[in-house]
Amino acid sequence: MSEQTLAQALNGALATALETDERVVLLGEDIGRTGGVFRITDGLRAKYGEDRVFDTPVAESGIVGAAFGMAIAGMRPVAELQFLGFSYPAYDQIINHVARIRNRSNHRFTAPMVIRVPYGGGIGAAEHHSESTEAIYAHIPGLKVVVPSTPSDARGLLLAAIEDPDPVLFLEPIRLYRAVKEEVSELYYTTEIGPMRVEREGRDITLISWGAMIKETRAAAGQLEEKGASVEVLDLRTLSPIDQDGIVASAAKTGRVVVVHEAPRTAGLGAEVAAIIQERVLYSLLAPVRRVAGWDTVFPLKRSEAHYLPSPDRIVRAAEETLEA
Amino acid sequence: MWNRPVDKLIAGMLTLISPDGTVRDGLSITLEETRELYADMVEARTYDHKCMAMQRQGRLATYAPFEGQEAAQIGAAAALRPDDWVAATYRDAALMWRAGYPWALLIAGRTGDERGGQAPDGLNVLPPSITVGGHMIHAVGLAWAEALNGSDRVALTSFGDGATSEGDFHEAMNFAAVYTTPTVFLCQNNGFAISYPRDEQTRSESIAMKADAYGMPGVIVDGNDVAAVLTVVGEAVARARSGEGPTLIEAVTYRLGPHTTSDDPARYRDEDETGEWRTRDPLERVRALLERAGAWTPEWHAELEARSADVIEEAVAEAEALPRPTAAEMLSRMYAQPTGPLRAQLDEIGA
Ligand SMILES: Cc1ncc(C[n+]2csc(CCOP(=O)(O)OP(=O)(O)O)c2C)c(N)n1
Ligand SMILES: [Mg+2]
Repeated sequence: MSEQTLAQALNGALATALETDERVVLLGEDIGRTGGVFRITDGLRAKYGEDRVFDTPVAESGIVGAAFGMAIAGMRPVAELQFLGFSYPAYDQIINHVARIRNRSNHRFTAPMVIRVPYGGGIGAAEHHSESTEAIYAHIPGLKVVVPSTPSDARGLLLAAIEDPDPVLFLEPIRLYRAVKEEVSELYYTTEIGPMRVEREGRDITLISWGAMIKETRAAAGQLEEKGASVEVLDLRTLSPIDQDGIVASAAKTGRVVVVHEAPRTAGLGAEVAAIIQERVLYSLLAPVRRVAGWDTVFPLKRSEAHYLPSPDRIVRAAEETLEA
Repeated sequence: MWNRPVDKLIAGMLTLISPDGTVRDGLSITLEETRELYADMVEARTYDHKCMAMQRQGRLATYAPFEGQEAAQIGAAAALRPDDWVAATYRDAALMWRAGYPWALLIAGRTGDERGGQAPDGLNVLPPSITVGGHMIHAVGLAWAEALNGSDRVALTSFGDGATSEGDFHEAMNFAAVYTTPTVFLCQNNGFAISYPRDEQTRSESIAMKADAYGMPGVIVDGNDVAAVLTVVGEAVARARSGEGPTLIEAVTYRLGPHTTSDDPARYRDEDETGEWRTRDPLERVRALLERAGAWTPEWHAELEARSADVIEEAVAEAEALPRPTAAEMLSRMYAQPTGPLRAQLDEIGA
């Protein structure tokens, strides 16, 4: 065990994967020499060699397409794209090739690969560096989408993603890379892809979130508890396959649900969560399911960031209205 | 030192003003024009240094400096007509400014204000592309439209060595050649895509030689020589304007500063290399030339620096005086008219 940030836990998980499975290779822009823009692969090329950790040309479609070929040929590639906003040149590869090969070849060929991508806003970054477009990936059948929000989940989920027989898009909340620290085991362990994590148990209302927004959601839960509400907080941590049973169980217990996400509201995953709940436990609900989300805009530049990001206040207000309904 | 691929480029590229300021055959610009280009480069460098300082003070978001690339940018923009199109990148502030984009708006953009992307009416300069490579094909469409409309405007797109690895580069080059569009492709080969050296990005000896495969001319020019860049881009612009189609220009240059203010070049390159390129500084060679011709004095230079500092300070003040952007503005610039969901969200924020 040692105290690690989310970034360190990811670095450790990649080192463990390179150490334990010789099929694992890493590829991405600037990941070798410098350890990547967020230093997640820091030191790995020096330790594991230039034939395990590849700096690539600036070509996202190329990175993902090549990783796909490697995966079919029996390797376990872990690709890094620099920001989610730069993943779209690879979208064709992901939706038309990576996510479909098992289906197209009726299980004959598969793509056991991981695409790691930093995502999310809140650091005043340049255009395209703050995107939260997880929904357009969770919408792709054949692809799994995972988002850790704690260091120990980061390690366990990344190792699980690398082991997984199917392709996994692994989203890393930029804002949390170095903002959270906890004791993380250095042993090989995996965290199952699929089940959500109950961040805190409560009886009166369920707040559901994932990624960096867990931070605001946790803060809102604290404020609500001070005012006397018993709040349950769920960290979905896998967005596809989404944990329907876990969501439904909590909704049935509290009868009141607020979903919080950074992505624009329209057609965001909050809609999916609300749909799952009303399909299965509509009559256990005591209030409509609410969404606190980003507005239906492009993620703004630094000066307007505070206008966009859901704040603990907005979450508290929505929760109070839900509690009063 | 003389067996690196870049040395081959240096040996073969067009230079009109040598690093020591001596003039080579073919220099056709006047002394007065040279003085103006020099003054522009001084102003651009002042802006660049100011932005680096402001970013360190927390007044700007991430900044991508262009120090060392002033000649490539000023020379290229100087070859354009004021109504030509420009589609450039995050590193091309000097190019955009010389093409008519006000410093104040460039600074506003870097403070993290979308209003910085609003080019003045009538100016055909697009907001800088932050995604690598996505904008080159836009300059093909812009130029194609001009040709279809019977105008003689051209479109210049500027991009880095790294951008030529994106698939979009191929599509842009191919379209431009296939439709003979009046597009000028200006690649500023500054040696790196962040940390990744040019020589690892492609096994091609030069980027310019790729033009051959698309059926257009490719030219290698000394990107630190403002006169050579002006000449070469001028020829490409003339070709485009007269309907002869696109040209790819590789301006061989070097990024003296970090990739951006978040980058630490010590992790991937040698200080010796940077030092070597400092001896090829784009401003210094023009200064030496002018001084030898009796057209440069320390007093004039001091005057230029003082004037540039004033101009940039004024631009900073203008950018920082912009009223804080509101949430309503953010929601109102997504469509010509806010749609139903956005109108509901505007209500929700009380606008
Ligand atoms: C599509 C895309 N992928 C990755 C990035 C991240 N990125 C920003 S600049 C850069 C390197 C670009 O190098 P080059 O084209 O040589 O331009 P330079 O920065 O050297 O001017 C990268 C990889 C991006 N902005 N867009
Ligand atoms: Mg470059």
